Amino acid sequence: MTATIEPRTLTRQGHDAGRRPRMVRNTLTMAWRAMLRIRREPELATDAIFIPVLFTLMFTYLFGGALAGSPREYLRFLLPGTLVLTVLLITVTAGVSLNTDRARGTLDRYRSMPVWQPAVVVGGLVGDIARYVLATCLVLGMGLLMGYRPPGGAGGAVLAVVLILVFAFSVSWIWTALGLALRSAQAVTVLSFAVQLPLTFASNVFVSPATLPGWLRAFVNVNPVSHLVTAERALMDGTPAASQVGWVLLASAALIAVFGPLTMHLYRADLNGR
Amino acid sequence: MTMTSEVPLAIEARGLVKAFGTVRAVDRLDLSVPSGGVFALLGPNGAGKTTTIRIFATLTRPDGGLVRVLGHDVTTAPHAVRTGICLTGQFASVDPSLTGTENLVLQARLLGLGRRASRARAAELLDAFGLADAAGRPVRTYSGGMQRRLDIAGSLVVAPALLFLDEPTTGLDPHSRVQVWEAVRRLVAQGTTVLLTTQYLEEADQLSDRIAVIDHGRIVAEGTPAELKSSVGSGTLRVRLADTSDSRLARQVLGDVLGVPVTQDADPAVLTARIDGQGAAEAAARGLAVLAREWTQVASFSLGQPSLDEAFLALTGHAAQPANNEEQA
Repeated sequence: MTATIEPRTLTRQGHDAGRRPRMVRNTLTMAWRAMLRIRREPELATDAIFIPVLFTLMFTYLFGGALAGSPREYLRFLLPGTLVLTVLLITVTAGVSLNTDRARGTLDRYRSMPVWQPAVVVGGLVGDIARYVLATCLVLGMGLLMGYRPPGGAGGAVLAVVLILVFAFSVSWIWTALGLALRSAQAVTVLSFAVQLPLTFASNVFVSPATLPGWLRAFVNVNPVSHLVTAERALMDGTPAASQVGWVLLASAALIAVFGPLTMHLYRADLNGR
Repeated sequence: MTMTSEVPLAIEARGLVKAFGTVRAVDRLDLSVPSGGVFALLGPNGAGKTTTIRIFATLTRPDGGLVRVLGHDVTTAPHAVRTGICLTGQFASVDPSLTGTENLVLQARLLGLGRRASRARAAELLDAFGLADAAGRPVRTYSGGMQRRLDIAGSLVVAPALLFLDEPTTGLDPHSRVQVWEAVRRLVAQGTTVLLTTQYLEEADQLSDRIAVIDHGRIVAEGTPAELKSSVGSGTLRVRLADTSDSRLARQVLGDVLGVPVTQDADPAVLTARIDGQGAAEAAARGLAVLAREWTQVASFSLGQPSLDEAFLALTGHAAQPANNEEQA
């Protein structure tokens, strides 16, 4: 306890006063924090490991029999959908971690610091991309082991992965808004899944919309997840995908345009202040 | 508008209002905190301390009034305010899954320090707060006192011009409490202004240059610890009886001799009476002599300034802490 705590040259006046906050740097620092947490607590990444492995095996052998042809054949239909389902399912943790950060008082510290404030949210989401990449690699790896060969080649698969990451990042803003609007982490989990499940399952992941009753088919057809799955299949098959990709990007932009400002509004509103 | 004073003010609040529903947590609060030194906001739970400090730290938007922190308006220029302040809240804001070093490096990086400078600063602070041995351990494994110290270390990564400490030692053991006080004193010696909230009278007395007493969202008194005590009365006679069965008689006798009301403490053996400066010693001597003649055993007595507890009671009309308030000193 005898060493110095003196700030020496590190006074604020000299080094940061009046400067504009640094968007990219602050965001990368917060992303670094998110990745450090995964490294320190690997349990945080268990969903990104088990869900992909489990889903790929389960759906292939559960539904595979109901579909015609060899595994190689029906994997062409199932794998893109499994990929989408897996990644979207593990996006919900974004809201939970923001919620615990606020409950613990960590957000108060960041909110009173001279940083670019959205970096606290955006950085966390960027860090989460590491988990999504892990999950995608596992799904694709399992698929390859079971005999799947994407007709669109490696290029198509890479594009498919990038598109899924873009959409996952955009969807995460729904969960960050929920994470900041709700009081407890449990409430965030419950409500996130209540939004998540219809969005993912009421899509064309497993079945062709042609077999569905009219009202459900209408929903499935406008559901952005359906467009994402269709785009994924096209990219991996190497068939024309531009219009579907366009729809997905449009939906992503719309999600961020709505839930981005909402998240930041809730972030600034002081729920901790009582 | 107020006139510009000679000493620059670290905080200036005028007519500050913040309501939650129908409850006014802060109710037309006026406060001027000069630059330098420690300023304590003293009050019981629910007095509005935390809400006030959260408004000053740009976390909560006020409903009315004007607040300037380090010369900047908190509502219109929050970022400018944030460049000069730091807040250590009631709960440790450190990340439990990261190590002590990682927590400090994170803060340093956010404040614009380079990678190497951040590591060096983290090591320096961990050492200064006696956490060097735990530097590589996840904060989850730290004790409450260690987490608190790390939290305060985090707020000193770059010495802020103004540091807010919201109940910095609540829940700490005496040893950690002294360590935190020591850190605050050293920081103040460097020129940082500290605004702390506390419900411990001893803490305000020990640490602060000025105290504002807050109750029901308003400042009810303000001054140096000595001024606050003397505003309540210049002298207090405190008598401890050897036998509490005499207390009723003793109280009456003492009151008759001194001609002022005599109150009984939470401890029934202790009687206190406020007596004014002139002739206080003589009056006290007379009172004690009469008590001795009435066969009442006086175990001990003292004549001196009232404690902050008494000051608080006199200023707000109720005790600072509801129950079992251990008297210090």
